[in-house]
Amino acid sequence: MSNHEDTAVHVASVKLLVIVWIALIFGTWLTVSATYVDLGAFNIWVGLAIATAKAVLVALYYMHLRWDKPFNGFVFLGAFIFLAIFIGIAMMDTQAYQPDLIPGYSPGMGG
Amino acid sequence: MTAHGHGDGDGLRIDHHFENADQQYQSAKLGMWVFLATEILFFGGLFTAYTVFRVNHPEIFIFGHHFLDKGLGALNTVILICSSLTAAWAVRAAQLKQIRMLKLMLVLTMLFAFGFLGVKGVEYNSKWKHGLLWARQYKPHVDHEQATEVQSVEVSIAGAEVGAEVIEHDSAGDTVTVESEVILVGEGGAPVPVPGEADRSKIAPAAEGPAGLAAPGSEEADDSFEVEPANAQTFFSIYFLMTGLHGIHVLGGIAAFIWLLIGARRGDFDSGHFTRVDMVALYWHVVDLIWIYLFLLLYLID
Amino acid sequence: MAVANTVLTGDGQNAGVGPEENYINHGKGILSWLFTLDHKRIGIMYLVAILSSFFLGGVFAMFIRTELLTPGQTIMTADTYNKMFTLHGAVMIFLFIIPGIPATLGNFVLPLMLGAKDVALPRLNLASFWLWLIGASVAVASIIIGAVDTGWTFYTPYSTTTSTAVVAMTLGAFILGFSSIFTGLNFIVTIHKMRPEGMTWFKMPLFLWSLYSTAIIQVLATPILGITLLLLIAERTLGVGIFDPSLGGDPVLYQHFFWFYSHPAVYIMILPAMGIMSELISVFSGKHIFGYRFIAWSSIAIALLSFLVWGHHMFTSGQSSLMNMVFSALTFSVAIPSAVKVFNWLATMYKGSIRLAAPMLYALSFLFLFAIGGLTGLFLGSLSTDIHLHDTYFVVAHFHYVMFGGTVIAFLGGIHYWWPKLFGRMYSERWAQVSALLIFVGFNLTFFTQFVMGSHGMPRRYYNYLERFTAYHQASTVGSFILAIGFLIMAGYLAHSLMKGELAPANPWGAATLEWEISSPPPHNNFNHEMYAGDPYDLPALRWDPSINGYVRRDPSSILATTEEAG
Repeated sequence: MSNHEDTAVHVASVKLLVIVWIALIFGTWLTVSATYVDLGAFNIWVGLAIATAKAVLVALYYMHLRWDKPFNGFVFLGAFIFLAIFIGIAMMDTQAYQPDLIPGYSPGMGG
Repeated sequence: MTAHGHGDGDGLRIDHHFENADQQYQSAKLGMWVFLATEILFFGGLFTAYTVFRVNHPEIFIFGHHFLDKGLGALNTVILICSSLTAAWAVRAAQLKQIRMLKLMLVLTMLFAFGFLGVKGVEYNSKWKHGLLWARQYKPHVDHEQATEVQSVEVSIAGAEVGAEVIEHDSAGDTVTVESEVILVGEGGAPVPVPGEADRSKIAPAAEGPAGLAAPGSEEADDSFEVEPANAQTFFSIYFLMTGLHGIHVLGGIAAFIWLLIGARRGDFDSGHFTRVDMVALYWHVVDLIWIYLFLLLYLID
Repeated sequence: MAVANTVLTGDGQNAGVGPEENYINHGKGILSWLFTLDHKRIGIMYLVAILSSFFLGGVFAMFIRTELLTPGQTIMTADTYNKMFTLHGAVMIFLFIIPGIPATLGNFVLPLMLGAKDVALPRLNLASFWLWLIGASVAVASIIIGAVDTGWTFYTPYSTTTSTAVVAMTLGAFILGFSSIFTGLNFIVTIHKMRPEGMTWFKMPLFLWSLYSTAIIQVLATPILGITLLLLIAERTLGVGIFDPSLGGDPVLYQHFFWFYSHPAVYIMILPAMGIMSELISVFSGKHIFGYRFIAWSSIAIALLSFLVWGHHMFTSGQSSLMNMVFSALTFSVAIPSAVKVFNWLATMYKGSIRLAAPMLYALSFLFLFAIGGLTGLFLGSLSTDIHLHDTYFVVAHFHYVMFGGTVIAFLGGIHYWWPKLFGRMYSERWAQVSALLIFVGFNLTFFTQFVMGSHGMPRRYYNYLERFTAYHQASTVGSFILAIGFLIMAGYLAHSLMKGELAPANPWGAATLEWEISSPPPHNNFNHEMYAGDPYDLPALRWDPSINGYVRRDPSSILATTEEAG
């Protein structure tokens, strides 16, 4: 269905919207259930993987990236990449200087 | 972005500096995606603080998350997912000039958004009552003012399970389950969450200030949450910062949907112009996306 | 369109003095300016606002330098001095230099270089300006209610515990941050979606490449500043305890948050200046820019690499040795694209036909001053030397050489270059040369001495100092007064130009970018034609026409889009 002079804009079908909704609800159930299974350190990664899968579904279908110009998606992805740099380095550094903290020196910090 | 329609359904309005309607639409879309990228980074700072504190002090998070109600959190997640469905459907309706459907979907989205805030309100209220606030205001306690009787019950030992429940009675003598907890202690003494009890709220174990009942926790991942670790208040600082900022964005979204609804009633979308609905819906989906991660990282820690 | 050629210069009809109707007299009254959607008017309003901020920041600077004439108290107490350097930094950075070139010259020139009628999102542009006004007002209000003394970096835990007006100032900066984000957003969308026929990415003027790279940084980095300031405000007002150790927080984490924005921010400051340089060097050497693709890619490289080096501000903060080494190594990489540009500019000048007009004087100053600034950055990026130089005057000198000697000098060059286009007037070339010379001499006297002082151990932000530094400080202060005189002279001849300056032709310099094809000042609607963009540095396409005292195109039809119907 075209609403503009030059290009047709994709209109999502109700079926597609509902299928994605079902997938998202299922994903939520899956995430909550996963917390009852003890996978040790993997729990967080399983959770993040499911959350990311849900996010990808929302982005591709609800936010139309599937049918949009790819650059819009690159912009969004770019934000995550730079955020990952920030989180990664902040994490590395704070972990690396924990041993340097003097216990009891600051009332609330460390040790 | 096009000019506000004057309700005369004169077809698509193209601003004078654009060559055609498609350039206008694509510009609005790219602009919105760039804005959403900035929102990711804005919230990202809070996710960074979360990561840094959790990686270095996991015991604070393991302790703190017990005070969050997983069931309410899951409910809120479902609410927002439904609202994303209705928002996406609203875009479709606007594209197809189904104005009544558009208005319905906008209203439903707003109702879901209000529902979300309502649940959050319940959760915040519970935290406030128990003094489980951010750092400087962290004064955990059990609220005895309304209870005439505190009845502690049921220590049943079945195999490796130990359960305990605290039920308070209000002044009318009715049972008010203000706080209840069921701790299953698995092998080795680490508590294991109880399936089916997820919708019960949890008690605050510390009756005094931040020092808690026991000595400040050691660096081991001691899951038992009678032992409050040092700086437990940091969990709540992060919880309120993240959910608070998210809630402010939900409010902003509601305002935007009200704006769209006013436009829909005025006939702005009669001609098939749907850009505004599309843009607000994109914003709303990001609000949903952020919550998906918040729910996981704050509520579902073990 | 019946009046197709009314404003285009191509056919020689209006290559001369600007037409009666232009963007300045289109619509009367202050409200027509405050509520305008015209990017040109927004650019001019920003110019007034930002130059006023520069003046305010400069006043604080003069207070600082005057106080430092003698060790110990000269004209103010130590507490007041702390406020002076904090305000100098905060005003100069948040009100002046970050919006700086993009908000003023960028807003005015970008759509014109694209042959467009406006930016992609004009309402957002106006919103950016209003946000600037609001943010600047809040920041200035903070000065009035007691000011801040934390340094412009607001380090915790002092900033979370001091009783000075931190919340107001950071709130102002927070609002200004959104102004910056929206400007960047607008420029990204405009450059992506509104380039004219013929203007592929690698046919864009390099000023646009620099604005685009700047916009990338504005959009990605500024939100982190936003959340940092928000957390600081929350820390002070609510006590959330993320950065304050007494509440369980981490003050080094604050510095990570702060510098993740503030390092890329310095590239927000310098990239547009480098873009101006490419335009000036080419035009005033009478030569095609050398190494176009290298310069274009180096802008993108700087934008991306700038996000990887913020820890070099934190070598002595408590950052781990591991990250100290990583950041030091990465910092060397970001110097490379800047050097690539400098060499390409030099190569552009080689065997060119150099004209020492005022804009070129500033461009040449930039080459000299930025080279010094950039090279001294290496001393600071190298971990072992930075341990000694951190928090000394060496740092102060370094960043003034790059921010002032780089950005401000290029900004002045850009103002002098585009002045005829903005206002339709020429200025006094003689007085411009005097001013440029005074600024160059004054600047070096002020700041070169600081390199020496700093390497001899003079700490920065110090109110008092040892006797042996007195001569350096006094020389520096004398330099600052020479600078001030240079700027006062500039204000004088530019004001005179507005009132009585010779009327400017459309293209006084013989440049080939599209903004020179329309009258000076431009009409409200910019272009009546669809434009076709050829090579933006094809200088031989222009010839001097003495009858209008300006340049005209040899082949006027070459810049009209072929789809346009004639007459």
